[in-house]
Formats: sequence, structure tokens, C-alpha cells
Amino acid sequence: MASLKHLLGIEGLNPVSVTNLLDLAESYVLLNRSGKTQRDSLRGRTLINLFFEDSTRTRTSFELAGRRLGADVVNMSVATSSVTKGETLLDTAATLNAMNCDLLVVRHNRSGAPALLAEKVTASVINAGDGTHEHPTQALLDALTMRRHKGRISGLTVAICGDIAHSRVARSNILLLTMMGNFVRLIGPPTLLPGGIGINGVEVFHSMEEGLKGADIVMALRLQKERMSGGMVPSSREFFTYYGLDRKKLAYAKPDALVMHPGPMNRGVEIDSDIADDAARSLIKEQVEMGVAVRMAVLDTLARSTNW
Amino acid sequence: MSIVFRKISYLDEAAQALVEGDLLVRDGRIADFGQNLGRPDGAEIIEAEGAVLSPGLVDIRASLGEPGFEYRETIASAAIAAAAGGITSIAVLPDSAPPIDDPALVHLIIARGLETGSVSLLPYAAATRGLNGEELAEYGLLKAAGAVAFTDGGKTIASSRLMRLALSYASGFGARIVQHPEDFELAKGGAATAGARATWMGLPGIPAAAEAICVARDIRLAELTGGAVHFAHVTTGEALALIRVAKDKGLRVTCDTAPPYFDLNETAIGDYRTYSKLSPPLRDEADRLAVVEGLKDGTIDAIASDHQPRDADDKRLPFADASPGGSGLATLLGITLVQVQNGALTLPQALALLTKKPAAWLGIEAGVIARGRPADLTLFHPERSWFVQAGKLPGKAQNTPFDGRALEGVVLGTWKAGRRVFGQ
Repeated sequence: MASLKHLLGIEGLNPVSVTNLLDLAESYVLLNRSGKTQRDSLRGRTLINLFFEDSTRTRTSFELAGRRLGADVVNMSVATSSVTKGETLLDTAATLNAMNCDLLVVRHNRSGAPALLAEKVTASVINAGDGTHEHPTQALLDALTMRRHKGRISGLTVAICGDIAHSRVARSNILLLTMMGNFVRLIGPPTLLPGGIGINGVEVFHSMEEGLKGADIVMALRLQKERMSGGMVPSSREFFTYYGLDRKKLAYAKPDALVMHPGPMNRGVEIDSDIADDAARSLIKEQVEMGVAVRMAVLDTLARSTNW
Repeated sequence: MSIVFRKISYLDEAAQALVEGDLLVRDGRIADFGQNLGRPDGAEIIEAEGAVLSPGLVDIRASLGEPGFEYRETIASAAIAAAAGGITSIAVLPDSAPPIDDPALVHLIIARGLETGSVSLLPYAAATRGLNGEELAEYGLLKAAGAVAFTDGGKTIASSRLMRLALSYASGFGARIVQHPEDFELAKGGAATAGARATWMGLPGIPAAAEAICVARDIRLAELTGGAVHFAHVTTGEALALIRVAKDKGLRVTCDTAPPYFDLNETAIGDYRTYSKLSPPLRDEADRLAVVEGLKDGTIDAIASDHQPRDADDKRLPFADASPGGSGLATLLGITLVQVQNGALTLPQALALLTKKPAAWLGIEAGVIARGRPADLTLFHPERSWFVQAGKLPGKAQNTPFDGRALEGVVLGTWKAGRRVFGQ
């Protein structure tokens, strides 16, 4: 982990570095809960949240994580038009270098954009979601949430349901979960399951009844409205009927199976409110809490392994 | 003015083999070749033991940036790159700005080629007016002006109806339609070949079958109309199988490929290397091998550079936004020779794909060593090596997908109509 300069994806991490990050995050969970939230390990450091895509939850989570570690946090939202976004990206990199930014959190709607920025900036780059590529801090916070509730992050059967094709959350989760020795099942209509997704023993299903059998964790993914207009799914009611997570479908999983969702949710599309709000089954709120702790761990780890 | 090349190897057309000997150039033409031609008075003597004297390479597919994209490349800079790559004739794509869809523009490209003094430019003209895929260009007038064939360059002629009309109408003038074979709808928005790599890099994928789907349609349309279709930069085994069958049936179907498609596979786009973003995209290893097979068995009629100049700003973008295309003039010979070095092709086979066959396809007087032919010649040493280095290539366009490659086969000199245009 000592050599980790950027966090561009789960690809590039190993089981030891993941475990270290989760352990460190665990300690921040306890601190955050104790109310003694203020640390100073990033005092005097500048963290810039550079968001080319709207996101309240992830940006806020990084902002809070940075502030709790004592960093100066600046939020930059860059309006994108399809024509100018590439230009903006490299122009922005030059600007950031001039500002002596230390930690750069990037979200962009194009896969590989954080990697491109990482080549051009002096800061440590953290990928906060790039196109349909990766969203590593989401996978880490999901892993932490699972570990806290199941007592381990190996040997679990995790079913990921819905729009796998357009989901960076799914990709990062598949990489992390299989790396740690879990069984991953993907469930969705064939139009939302991309070719070659079945690596590392991942199983693919088109039926919730078959796919959820024996699952410890059921993760629903957000289905974007554009997928309907793009013809990949005919309607939200058809999607909900076959792939929306409701109490009936959840019964196919293990009796103590827990439900997760990266948010923001489309209630009644990929998940029923009845399940989403069931405190006994749903970890969705806790995922948000874990998000801050995991991002603190990531920022802290990158800061320690970088000579500023 | 005469030149004698001494103790070189050249391709003897009668024997279809490389023979060692001398070659005499007089008044810009090949005057004689054979053993011990001596040293005629006043002749320049070029001794190059171990070197191969090939006809100047004939490249049937390149974009040159001019007019309209001079920031990427000019015809003058492309001519420098071509000469350094041993290329003496280039068929130029019409996708400039403005597109070459008017006889005056065809004349312009030919004239700009003559101005270089080092490379003949043979313009393609647009298959559809303005390359807009809507109405046919003036094939008769354009061909009379010197257009060698009709194509919308890197854009597929998408409409089946329009493709039918184009093939049919062109056949009346004995002209060919050159297609960028990619089903338009399947390819739209894609940045890489669909499959595990595209999925895990999070890139929008184009199924490899998009090529075969277009090829199958157009072969059928060629059959329907009696027209002649040429498929540019073919990259998949499936498309080549269709072309093989069409040729066996005697249909007027031809094709080419380009060095990236028999030298690289999709792993080259790893780490979001935009210099390896091409159109069509790089394929998997099985398709690369199928392209090599197509070169070996003659299904593929020519190897073209598929030169697409791009500047750094076109490429320094997130992968999906980066402009596709690689520069290819300087590496055409070297990458092709890799297939000789690894035993897939014989040297005469490889050279034929770069000279005689494309020249015959274009119907130009080039591409063979024959008495009385213009002395367009390339002298190269097949065993000397060099490094491909983006930033240090001849000419302006540096966007090579072969950056960092060590190649064997160094061009020592290039002659256009007997005049030295490259080398000391």
C-alpha cells in the first residue's frame, strides 16, 4: 500500500490493501460515532472535489471525510457539454497544478477520465466514479457494510441485480468481492448484461428466483430512465415486475439476506419502498454512513503514502 | 541522368522470386535490370549489398489532412512521411473539408501531389455529395477528372437503398464503391470492440459482427447490381470468410486491410491508450490471426496504411471522446515485414500486397519492376532495425499505434520517377 499514489479503481488493489483500508475505515466509524470527529492528519492539505457529473451524496461524503481529517476542501462543479468536456478536463488539470492541490477527487461521465487526469496533475487522484468503468470507494464502503453485518468479507454469496451494463458500482463490486473470495451472481435482462462480464467465476442469471437462491446480500442497482428510452428495457413496470426487488423476490434469498443499494433509489423501479425502508433488512442508510468512514480511510492512506 | 543500383535484390516478375543483380534507371524510367550491368558513363552508382530494391509502395488508403485539417497534417508533411516510408503513390480519401465531391477538388489534389515531386496523389471522390450519405455524387464527372473510386471515407454508406444505387450507378462508369464496412447503427457511439475488454474498461462496444453484417449486405447488393465493391480495412475473420466466398462466386468484390489489424489486437488499448483507438476498432487475437490468414491466402488484395493524421489535442481526451485513427505512412513497410520475419508471408508476397496488387487495383502504371516503367523505387535493408517513436516520426502526424516498437526493415532511399526523394 505504501506505493499507492492514486485510487483509480479496485483493479490495482490486492486483498491486503483492501483489508487495510477496511480496518482503518472501521476505526473511523467508531470515531465518527463517538462524536470526536475532528482529526488533523490532513491539516494544511487541499482537497478538491472535481465533479463533472452531478452528485450530491458522493461529493458531500468526500467533503465531510476531508474536513474531518482537517483538510481544506474546495468543491468544483464543472458544467459539461459534450463538445467542450475534454478540453475542460486538461485545462482544469493545469489550473489544479497551479493551485497546489494535494488530493483530487474526480467524477466524470467518461471512463478513464480520472486516469487521464492522474497523468497530468501532481495531486493524488481518487476516482469518485468514471463513466461505466469503476467507482472504487463505493465498492469499499459496500464491503465494509457487508463485513460489519456478516462478520466477514469472504465466502459470501452476493447477488447484484438490474442494470449491470451501465453500472460502475457493479464493476467495482465484482472486482472487489471476487478478489476477496466471495461468490458473485449477476441478475438482469440480457440487454443490461454486457459481454465478458462473467469473470472470476461470476454467474449470470436472467431470473431473480434462480439468481437470488442462497444469497447473503442482495444489491439492487439504479436503473436510469434513459435505458427505457434507449430501448434496452421496454418499461419501468415490466422491469419492476421481473427485476424490481420486492418482498416476494427477496424471499428467494437466504432468510437473513440483507439488502443494499448504492443510491439514489428509483422506488418502484428497481426496489420496492417496503424493502428499502425495512430497517431489519435494508442496509441502505448504513451504506451512507460507511461512505464517510471509507473515504476518510482512503484519503488518509493516500496522504500517508505520498510525499508532499 | 542515369542511376545504377548495384548488387541489390529485386523481384523478378517472371521468376516470382528475389534475384540479386543490378538495375539501371535512365531518364526517370527503369531501363534495364540483370547481372553485371556495368557502370555507364556519368551514371550515379548506388551500391547497396544486402538491400532490396522494391517498386515504390502504392498505398490505397490514406487521409492527408489537407484541405481543412492542416493542424493535423499538410500534403507537404505527408509527402515527407511517405517518402521516408518508401511510398510513392497514395490514394487519398475524400474526407477533407471541404470533402472531395467536385471535379475541381479532384484536380486540386492531383496538382498538389505533383507539386510535392515525391508522391503521386490519386484522389478518391465522395460516394455521396458532401459525404452526407443522402445523394449520389457526380461519378461520371468526378471519374473524368481523375477520381480513382468512390467512398465516404471513414463513414459507412449506411442506407441499403443508397448503397444499391451507388453500386449500380458507378458500374455504368466502370467505377468502384469503397465501403467502410461497419453496420452504422451497431457502430454508433462505439469506441472499442464489444467484449470483456470493453466491458471492463467501461467503453461503449461495437460488436465485431457489425463488420460482417455490412459486408454480407454489400456483397449481396454487388450481386444484385453487378457493381464492384471494395471493403476497406477489413478486420474480422467472419467478414473475410464472406469475401472469400464472394470472390469464389466471381463477384466483383475486393478488400484491403491495414497494419494495425494484423499486427495488434485490442490489448493495445489498455490503460486507455487513445493512439490505439482506431476505426474500425482493434479486434481480438482470433480476428488478428484471421487477417494474417487472409493476407496469406490472397483474400486480401492489398495492405493500405490507413493513415489518419491526428494531433495531440484530438487524442488527449477521455478514450470515448478521442478521435479515432492512427498515422501509418512511416510504418507501412516495417509492420508488413514483421509478417515476413515471422514466416507468415514470403517477401515477394508481402511486397506484392504493397506494390503490384494495389497498383493493379488502382489501374496505374506502377508497382512492378519492368523495363520502361517510371522509376518509382524504394531501397530498403530488410535486416537493419529502427525504433518507432511517436514525436520523432517523419512528417507532422505522430499518432502512431506502434509507439515503442522495434522494427526490422529500414528504408535507405526512395526515388520518384528516377529522382531521389528520400535518403542521403
